[in-house]
Amino acid sequence: MSQASTEIIRISGHAGAVPGAGLNREFQVCKLVDTTTCIGCKACEVACLEWNGYTFTQTSFNNSYQTMPETAWNYWNLIKFNEHERDDGSMMLLMRKDQCMHCEEPGCLEACPADGAIVQYANGIVDFQEAHCIGCGYCVTGCPFNIPKFSPEAHKVFKCTLCNDRVSVGLEPACIKACPTGCLHFGTKSEMKELAEFRAEQLRDVSGFADAGVYDPAGVGGTHVIYVLHDAKNPELYGGLPKDPHIPYSVWLWKKPLKWLGNLAMIGGIVGLALHYLRVGPKKEEPIPPEDRGPS
Amino acid sequence: MSTTDTVRRPRTTTDFDEELIPRYSFVERVNHWFGAATYSYCLITGLAFWTPYLYWLAAIVGGGPTARFWHPWFGIFFVVSQFLMFLHWGGDMEMDNDDRVWADNIKAYIENEDDKLPPVGRFNWGQKLYFWAMVGSTILLLLSGFVLWYVEAVPWSIHILRYVAILIHASVAVLTIGLFLIHVYMSTLLEEGSFASMVHGTVTRAWAWTFHRKWYYEVTGRSRPKQ
Ligand code: HEM
Ligand code: SF4
Ligand code: SF4
Repeated sequence: MSQASTEIIRISGHAGAVPGAGLNREFQVCKLVDTTTCIGCKACEVACLEWNGYTFTQTSFNNSYQTMPETAWNYWNLIKFNEHERDDGSMMLLMRKDQCMHCEEPGCLEACPADGAIVQYANGIVDFQEAHCIGCGYCVTGCPFNIPKFSPEAHKVFKCTLCNDRVSVGLEPACIKACPTGCLHFGTKSEMKELAEFRAEQLRDVSGFADAGVYDPAGVGGTHVIYVLHDAKNPELYGGLPKDPHIPYSVWLWKKPLKWLGNLAMIGGIVGLALHYLRVGPKKEEPIPPEDRGPS
Repeated sequence: MSTTDTVRRPRTTTDFDEELIPRYSFVERVNHWFGAATYSYCLITGLAFWTPYLYWLAAIVGGGPTARFWHPWFGIFFVVSQFLMFLHWGGDMEMDNDDRVWADNIKAYIENEDDKLPPVGRFNWGQKLYFWAMVGSTILLLLSGFVLWYVEAVPWSIHILRYVAILIHASVAVLTIGLFLIHVYMSTLLEEGSFASMVHGTVTRAWAWTFHRKWYYEVTGRSRPKQ
């Protein structure tokens, strides 16, 4: 994005065409998480804490390798560990890095009432601007992935930024930098999509995972975090990844028809009352007729 | 509707007609304005969250986060006022047969042809309807408001509760706003003397006779004249 403004279009004293003119630049970024090569080392969890300046907080032990039950306002990146029994009776540990998906059609942003509390950049990153957040929690209602988390201390909501601060100066997100197996990749959306499809094909053709595939859900217009799954037909196995995520229907109902009906009713009501007054005017007290007057 | 309404009869009231009789006690009035103030605060802040076009309303009560912090608390204060109102007026708000006839002829009331309506007690059918609708709405706003209030207290496994709560809260709020607009219009502009009655606690005998005739007979100790 930032490069777009410094793209050279004319050069003084230059013979011939401007180098790079007509080149198609893609600014849409994407993080690729290959769950099939994740070893559950949690380096990304630590890197996320370090870069974003959080310290580790107390958590609960739930008979699992998982650090905590779900991401927290000060813990944006969590490997979800899921024991899965395959048809042949053997056990598989499915590990999925959970974080904000940076939806193309973000439910959090759709629901938010505060001017400027959530923005979506042209590169696809959905970023919360805590200075403008009022802590209403509407984003929690709007997100289909259970990502925004309310901080009772700050009375504001926090989530993964896709390291917008790093990406905007040409660095890759901290989690990507830390991953020792290379199961995390960062690049343009089309590059990552291509790499993911290649890997899924490899899993299908070579590794015997017939249902391997890429998770880039169309219900939210695609996401800027995509997964390679051994079993793309059952994303729920990976710690509750929704099969067909979309902005909740109730949020649509609330933000679209209800808003317009409500606005119409309120404005119509005010106009109606004003017209009523102009037409019939005030009700005034009447003199009491003699038979009802005087002491009883 | 007739344009001759205003010249229908000579409007001369006697000193007797203009004598004041008590209508609302001091406590009733304080609680009414407590309810009005807390509702208005919820209204202003609620509308700020309702639409971006009214988000500026949050600024006049101290900004978005402040509005978000106080809205539920003022909601609770409003619930308290509603509860006290219920204690004060609940008994007088019961519907009777005259109310049902009144409701069937509400068109006459809307067209200011009040003399075509059956006599009214301390409150008319419209006021009673407003009262009970507000009582019901308050309960729904309280229940749904609580779900929205404590964001971190609703676990993901039952997050459907948040969907239900926001739809109920927003629709019931809009319903009460409609009723509230009518209420404010009628008591300030439409029915002259109503607003003053809630400020001073008194009305003239003529006012009582005109708008609440059964109540007039009751409080003045005269029986209804035989027809
Ligand atoms: C009875 C206690 C009440 C509680 C606990 C409560 C709580 C809440 C909460 C937590 C929200 C979410 C946003 C925020 O917190 O600022 C909200 C929104 C709202 N409230 Fe209330 N509230 C109450 C009463 C009322 C009343 C009396 C009104 C009357 C107008 C009202 C109107 C609204 C509106 C219009 C919204 C915004 C809905 C939207 O964004 O579509 N609330 N309320
Ligand atoms: S995953 Fe949730 S928080 Fe992240 S962009 Fe999508 S809707 Fe918003
Ligand atoms: S909590 Fe903050 S970010 Fe979330 S919807 Fe409310 S104002 Fe927007």
